[in-house]
Amino acid sequence: MKHGKYPLIITFLVPPLLLYGVFVLSPYLQAFQISTTNWLGYSAHADPVGMANFRTLLHDGQVWNAIKNNAIMLAVVPVLTIGLGLFFATMLNMGGRKGRAGVTGVRGTSVYRMVYFFPQVLSVVIIALLWKEVYHPNNGLLNGALRALGLPAPTWLGDPRTAFWCVLAVMVWSNVGFYVVLFGAAMSAVPRDIYEAVMLDGASRWTTLRRITVPLLWDTVQVAWIYLAIAALDGFILVQQMTNGGPNFSSDVIGLRMYETAFGSESKFGYASAIGVVMLFLTLSVAVLALRTARRDRIEYS
Amino acid sequence: MTTLDRPTTTAAEEPGAARGQDRRLRRELGVANLFSHGFLLLWAALTALPLLWMFISSFKSDGEILSDPWGLPGALRFENWSRAWTEAHIGRYFLNSGIVVAGSLTLTMLLGATAAYVFARYEFRGRQVVYYLFVGGMMFPVFLALVPLFFVVRNAGLFGSWTGLILVYAAYSLPFTVFFLTAFFRTLPTSIAEAALIDGCGHFRLFFRVMLPMARPGLISVAIFNFLSHWNQFILPQVLMQGDDSKWVLAQGLTALAVSQGYQGDFSGLFAGLTIATLPVLAVYVAFQRQIQTGLTAGQLK
Repeated sequence: MKHGKYPLIITFLVPPLLLYGVFVLSPYLQAFQISTTNWLGYSAHADPVGMANFRTLLHDGQVWNAIKNNAIMLAVVPVLTIGLGLFFATMLNMGGRKGRAGVTGVRGTSVYRMVYFFPQVLSVVIIALLWKEVYHPNNGLLNGALRALGLPAPTWLGDPRTAFWCVLAVMVWSNVGFYVVLFGAAMSAVPRDIYEAVMLDGASRWTTLRRITVPLLWDTVQVAWIYLAIAALDGFILVQQMTNGGPNFSSDVIGLRMYETAFGSESKFGYASAIGVVMLFLTLSVAVLALRTARRDRIEYS
Repeated sequence: MTTLDRPTTTAAEEPGAARGQDRRLRRELGVANLFSHGFLLLWAALTALPLLWMFISSFKSDGEILSDPWGLPGALRFENWSRAWTEAHIGRYFLNSGIVVAGSLTLTMLLGATAAYVFARYEFRGRQVVYYLFVGGMMFPVFLALVPLFFVVRNAGLFGSWTGLILVYAAYSLPFTVFFLTAFFRTLPTSIAEAALIDGCGHFRLFFRVMLPMARPGLISVAIFNFLSHWNQFILPQVLMQGDDSKWVLAQGLTALAVSQGYQGDFSGLFAGLTIATLPVLAVYVAFQRQIQTGLTAGQLK
């Protein structure tokens, strides 16, 4: 059976490896090298400067401002999204009237699930452009409602105090549905009798959620946490399309900073790559950190 | 507590007590049901309203959008749609996206399936190393690769071409596709493959005639996942498809539309463009929502 195995391995593995090597692996490796040069875009001229780009980064107020915004997203987006996701998944899967222990789903669960999930399949560009109109100070959906109620109509994306939070809200809005479905799938794998038993013992819904559902779903919550944390370190498309980082850099994020440094007017490729390297390390450490904390909590529960 | 702890047979002997208890439970659950439905409906409205508004606004005149964002259109103005389709070239971008996604999806699935098959079913030296090298690509933020990727694509003479985009989309989708499909091919029974080999089936025929058809469910899941991510791709075309706007994909076309309509005050055209871009995705989603939901959530869970 070994006979004729190598021709297949070679024909099947070489083309994908080649494609991956050229377009994925080599750019990533080059990025590290470029980050140690002072390369200014399209000039052939790139001198090695060692760690100078990273030293500049340490004192770059704009980059720190962007990192601060990503840090806020990192603290707020996963908590809100997972919280809302768990809440709605619980409602959908256990809010039903039928059955004395009340562990059936509400009527129309599949319709809710379909509606909730829809933003997930939409392009983020469409979401960003649509919400930009929803927030529009004059003809937006939001201010239209506020005016009808006789309330003041803020400028939302035009106001440095609110712009960032408006983008953050859209991030949560577009993600919740996905986690409702994800948690819902995990919940349906939990044996019914566990719920029936605790509810017969008189546990409230809140206790059930906190003491039974969340611990049993902990692995899924952990995965959700990591994905949302990585998403919160990005946010590029929403920010670029809705506010372009403004007003006055109030909604800037590190991805946009990197993009503007590289492909904006200055085309500082060396410096932009250094920001990219920082982003990589931030992403990796956040993933590791999320895994660590999640693991510790799991031991407490079990 | 005591009444609930009683064995069910006693409850059956006292029908009156059981009925009273039943009614109380049902009333409690009724309240809970109202509560769940209230929140569930609220979120459903929050999710659907912006999308519905986009759809309705695409039929309005600009005057109607400006004066009454919540109102219904006076007439169904399909001319907004045709204006977006032809004058804003949404039709052309749509076609371009279709071409690129058809190419990249075919390439991703072909190369991903062959590589995954080799990783899953064949022993050879260095398999582990190559596999982790491949799958490791999932970990890195694409921002890090952007600057060098720009030059890799340009030096290959593929800048601003669909071929370039197709190759790059495929290359960046390979890590996840290979990861997912390797796990899938491992689950397939070996006995069938062995029987086929003994019957004189070659390794290549074995793959195309036996293994690939058996892997269909896995292939479909990962194809849906890749289709959505390629169709919604934004940052890669933005960097690699600058210049010649006749080759732009949908995301770029919509961004340009938003900018130009913003200047011209043609809001109805923008809403029509967004609606045109949304409808096919919505249709595909409604038709395949089960597969899409499980495919995407399984995809994220790995």
